[in-house]
Amino acid sequence: MTKAKWTSKLPFILITALLLFISLFPVYWVVRMSLTPNKQIVSGSATLLPPSFTATNYQRVLGLIDSATAVKLGGSGQKINFLRFLFNSILVSTIVTLSQVLFSAAGAYAFARLRFPGRDKIFSLYISALMVPSIVMMIPNFILVKNLGWLNTYMGIMAPALLMTPYAVFFLRQFFLGINRELEEAAYIDGAGKLRIFLKIILPISSSSLATLSVITFITQWNDYMWPLIVGKDEKVRLLTVALGVFRSQTPQGSPDWGGLMAGTTLAIIPTLMLFIVFGKRIVNSINFSGFR
Amino acid sequence: MTHRSDFAYREHYKPGNSLTALAFILPSCLGFIVFFAVPLFRGIVISFTDWDLLCTAKFIGLENYKKLFLDSEFWNSLWVTFQYVLWNIPIQTVIAMVIALVMRGIKSSSLLRGAMIVPWLLPNVVVALLALAVLDPAIGIVNEGLKALGLHPLGFLTTTQLAMPSIAGINTWKFMGYTALIIFAGLQAIPREVEEAALIDGATGWTAFRKITLPLLRPVLAFVIVTSVIGSFQVYDTVAIATRGGPVNSTWVMNFFIFKNAFEGYQMGYATAASILLFFLLVGVGFLQIRMMRAGESD
Repeated sequence: MTKAKWTSKLPFILITALLLFISLFPVYWVVRMSLTPNKQIVSGSATLLPPSFTATNYQRVLGLIDSATAVKLGGSGQKINFLRFLFNSILVSTIVTLSQVLFSAAGAYAFARLRFPGRDKIFSLYISALMVPSIVMMIPNFILVKNLGWLNTYMGIMAPALLMTPYAVFFLRQFFLGINRELEEAAYIDGAGKLRIFLKIILPISSSSLATLSVITFITQWNDYMWPLIVGKDEKVRLLTVALGVFRSQTPQGSPDWGGLMAGTTLAIIPTLMLFIVFGKRIVNSINFSGFR
Repeated sequence: MTHRSDFAYREHYKPGNSLTALAFILPSCLGFIVFFAVPLFRGIVISFTDWDLLCTAKFIGLENYKKLFLDSEFWNSLWVTFQYVLWNIPIQTVIAMVIALVMRGIKSSSLLRGAMIVPWLLPNVVVALLALAVLDPAIGIVNEGLKALGLHPLGFLTTTQLAMPSIAGINTWKFMGYTALIIFAGLQAIPREVEEAALIDGATGWTAFRKITLPLLRPVLAFVIVTSVIGSFQVYDTVAIATRGGPVNSTWVMNFFIFKNAFEGYQMGYATAASILLFFLLVGVGFLQIRMMRAGESD
């Protein structure tokens, strides 16, 4: 590489480094704070690594330390059990993902391949639902869930996302439309029914799209806050995001329990980051706007 | 939405096939009807009632809408939401554009693209807590940095002047990478030769970008701006966690107003009416934007 070329690249390298720093440093800082004893957070020493490492913040938010010791360590002494909330979040996100992706795929297949009266009209209704602000549906849905007796149950939290989201149907229909029809036709001539074609041909061919959508659905469900806050505030079914909100509102304004808050925050980040490490490339590649052109 | 009409498939079109199709779409249709379509209509009906969830709903016609029209708190939330959108959208879009150009400029951008998507994957609640920690006046690392530079620490989330720009900044941080990736995908679709030809003809980089790349990118930018404006008007989580509408209502956005009225004030009719108005506002803004983008196409 010539010298001139190298210097023209320099601004790009600097900006790239700056961008990497801006997007990743705050995340690092949360983890760093979660490993720092509360007293040293408050004293405000801004060293890159914690002045001393500790796991007590995690033990505290996971309910592994008795409340007297917790208070001594700078906590509120309230019993917090993030283990339970972690379990709830994993359970709800997993079930919603499996169910939503399966039923959305079935719907998307019908919209992409089967012929029936009103098909395109129904599909455009689905699409227009993407434009409606979620709060509009949220209040009537809350009333529905309340009347069904599903407040503070897993079912209540999962119900609206369990069978479909317009986005999932849209995403998969787009992919199914691109599949070569000849395979299906060959199977059809061999006497396979639509269900067999769907299960034995369409789903396996689409496995990578299904995986991408599953990851996105899981993360969306994992991150959701407003709906689970409305219908699932009870500790039995409380999700991690809601728990973090409650934790934040319980910490005193003057001297927040930073260590505990950041430990809880890190717990909420870990599954996302793990999925990102495994599927990151897939997610990145799935983000474009071609589907909407 | 036209499909390649396929001879073999047209032959299969029998009434029995409609039944098969029904079986396939039934679950998703059920979900759509029960949790999307019916609630939308029910919402419109509820907005004409006075209802606290305990007594039976009382039909009061347009009373809720009239009350909203006179409610200074509602107008404040509308104004505050507009402020948020006006801070958020231009900054986010310009930064995302720059990032997308950087992604195109470096040879292997997969590390950058991967890293930039991380904030988008984090829960809003986490982003808000992270911002609280990083921007805290006493212990926040950003203020430590300002002090190190000899500047005064700022109350990013605790002063009325800075709270809303800070919330907008936080969400810009969250969404800039995602937005940049969409624009980057659009840039990839534009052949480099078009721009390079202009450069050879003596155009400066900036002129080539403005006269060639930007117009070709218009559909992508339209998509990005329309969707992010629609999203921006619905900001809630960040505000609920980081500022709780404060200080002094300076971040009391519309979704916060609706939420408070519905789930703390139990004024279902009133809150629903406000949500319907938000819906109409978004439809209006959406149409306006699409028309403006089209109008600009001729130049």
